[in-house]
Amino acid sequence: MHRFRLEFPKDVAAATSLLPSHRGPLTPRDARVLAGGQDLLGELKDHLVEPDTLVSLHRIPGLDGFELGEDLRLGALVTLAVIERDTALRERFTVLAEAAESVATPQIRTQATLGGNLCQRPRCWYYRNEEAPCIKKGGAECFAFGGRNKYNAILGGGPSYIVHPSDLAPALVCLDATVTKTAREGTETIALESFFTLPSEGSVQRENVLRANELLLGVHVPALGPGWKSTYLKFRERESFDFALAAVALAVRLDGERIAEAKLVLGGVAPIPWRARAAEDFVAGKPNTRSTWKAAADLALAGAEPLEHNAYKIPLTKGLIQKAFRKLA
Amino acid sequence: MRVLHLRLNGDDVEVAAPEHWTLLEVLRYRLGLTGSKQGCDKGDCGACTVLVDGKPQLACLRLAATCEGHEILTIEGLLPAHRRAHPGSTDADPVQEAFDRCGALQCGFCQPGMILSARALLNENPTPSRDEIRAALSGNLCRCTGYTQIVQAVELAIAEATGAEPESPSWAPNQNPWTPGGALSAAAPVEVDPEIPGGEA
Ligand SMILES: Cc1cc2nc3c(=O)[nH]c(=O)nc-3n(C[C@@H](O)[C@@H](O)[C@H](O)COP(=O)(O)OP(=O)(O)OC[C@H]3O[C@@H](n4cnc5c(N)ncnc54)[C@H](O)[C@@H]3O)c2cc1C
Ligand code: SF4
Ligand code: FES
Ligand code: FES
Repeated sequence: MHRFRLEFPKDVAAATSLLPSHRGPLTPRDARVLAGGQDLLGELKDHLVEPDTLVSLHRIPGLDGFELGEDLRLGALVTLAVIERDTALRERFTVLAEAAESVATPQIRTQATLGGNLCQRPRCWYYRNEEAPCIKKGGAECFAFGGRNKYNAILGGGPSYIVHPSDLAPALVCLDATVTKTAREGTETIALESFFTLPSEGSVQRENVLRANELLLGVHVPALGPGWKSTYLKFRERESFDFALAAVALAVRLDGERIAEAKLVLGGVAPIPWRARAAEDFVAGKPNTRSTWKAAADLALAGAEPLEHNAYKIPLTKGLIQKAFRKLA
Repeated sequence: MRVLHLRLNGDDVEVAAPEHWTLLEVLRYRLGLTGSKQGCDKGDCGACTVLVDGKPQLACLRLAATCEGHEILTIEGLLPAHRRAHPGSTDADPVQEAFDRCGALQCGFCQPGMILSARALLNENPTPSRDEIRAALSGNLCRCTGYTQIVQAVELAIAEATGAEPESPSWAPNQNPWTPGGALSAAAPVEVDPEIPGGEA
């Protein structure tokens, strides 16, 4: 690893004062925030980033807790192991607990944090290869587009075709979570859905609106309300641990034999957690039957444009969507 | 360079290391504790697993400087910790003993990490099911054994500690499963995993 200075600020103000002063996307040498390090240390070891300073959040009190009342407040440093284990949280926000337990390995989940999970960088193998200067790293070309693209996006791609690697992101977007971020200039809360950006929006070199001088503080999840049930289904190439080939975050409220409302977000298929609004609108008020689920799955994938090696993701994701509806029926 | 104050295997240790070194590098290349293995060095294999405040973590993905104020247990500390907790005992940790008796290793590279992941599981849940054992060990890759003996070793450790019946194969506590007629001898029926397609007899 490249040498860096490691700072341990004691509060949020001290942390933000160590971050770059510009508001643009991060450059490889800009100071980086260190949370659990499960993504950042990999980036450092692969020489994808070479910052002079790492700003560790380890000694800032108050960011590693969560509060479960009517709704749920999670600090940016809550670990995935804590999220997956709390039984009261699991009962009310099942999709989130199931997403957390689907991430990586037990050893990684004891260090991995919520904030780091949402801000982690893509896993496209050209991005992770130091020798491949693709558009995401400031080059001219997306090597996945005409190259090996089995794991890349089928929805929302171009000019980069990454899929967002986070499992918590689709679950939290499905729960209509908001995220709070802070900089020296002040603190702001926005919908998590508008936190993530497509490669065609803003800068292709980043995956969200967070600026170089901003820190993510935490997430607020409103109560789902009575009658709602939720689940996270993830399909991966190997059972022990892997990133999603496709994933489905689904919440439904049933009214007798009918679906009153549903929220559906796809993971592993697009550069952002992909909210399937057309499918959500379609199922509202429809009978809770196989044919409704199938029509919803078709609608959710209607705009899919697969690359050479990833058309399999279309039937796979449609299958997962129907399986998720059946699980909650 | 930074002087680190670590609480390591029950001792207070002071060690100087570059700021960008991982816990694994400090353990192996400053303190000579080479039991924690450097496999992939990127989070994929679990060979570097240590316990931090009792929880399994990857030493290759943790900067050593972030470990100050935390309790670290490596494989070297497991036997002394067991003997401290059981004065007069000449045994190793029950998980170590069970790995030995079940032959749960070939090259041994994965073993320190496997044993510590298993120890962390049993500290939290003394009677896990087979699925829970497999989930707890899912971040530890083994390229040699095929995992069967490893899961059986954890089940043997549970059986010995609690007297609980292992799901299968069943062996009596304190009986070497390899002895003739023992659960792991050639005469024992081959166990079938119904989860594997075609695995149902
Ligand atoms: C083998 C392996 C398998 C994995 N599998 C999965 C998987 O299946 N699913 C999945 O979702 N992830 C997976 N991951 C990625 C894993 O790194 C994340 O899940 C983890 O949650 C990252 O959190 P962290 O706290 O360790 O982040 P860090 O590595 O500390 O940070 C990640 C990024 O976010 C930034 N950051 C962190 N916290 C903040 C904050 N509060 N404010 C602003 N910026 C911040 C950092 O600067 C860095 O760029 C895997 C990783 C490995 C190594
Ligand atoms: S998908 Fe994105 S990260 Fe991958 S090669 Fe194309 S531009 Fe680079
Ligand atoms: S060496 Fe740490 S996970 Fe492989
Ligand atoms: S015994 Fe060789 S890797 Fe497990």
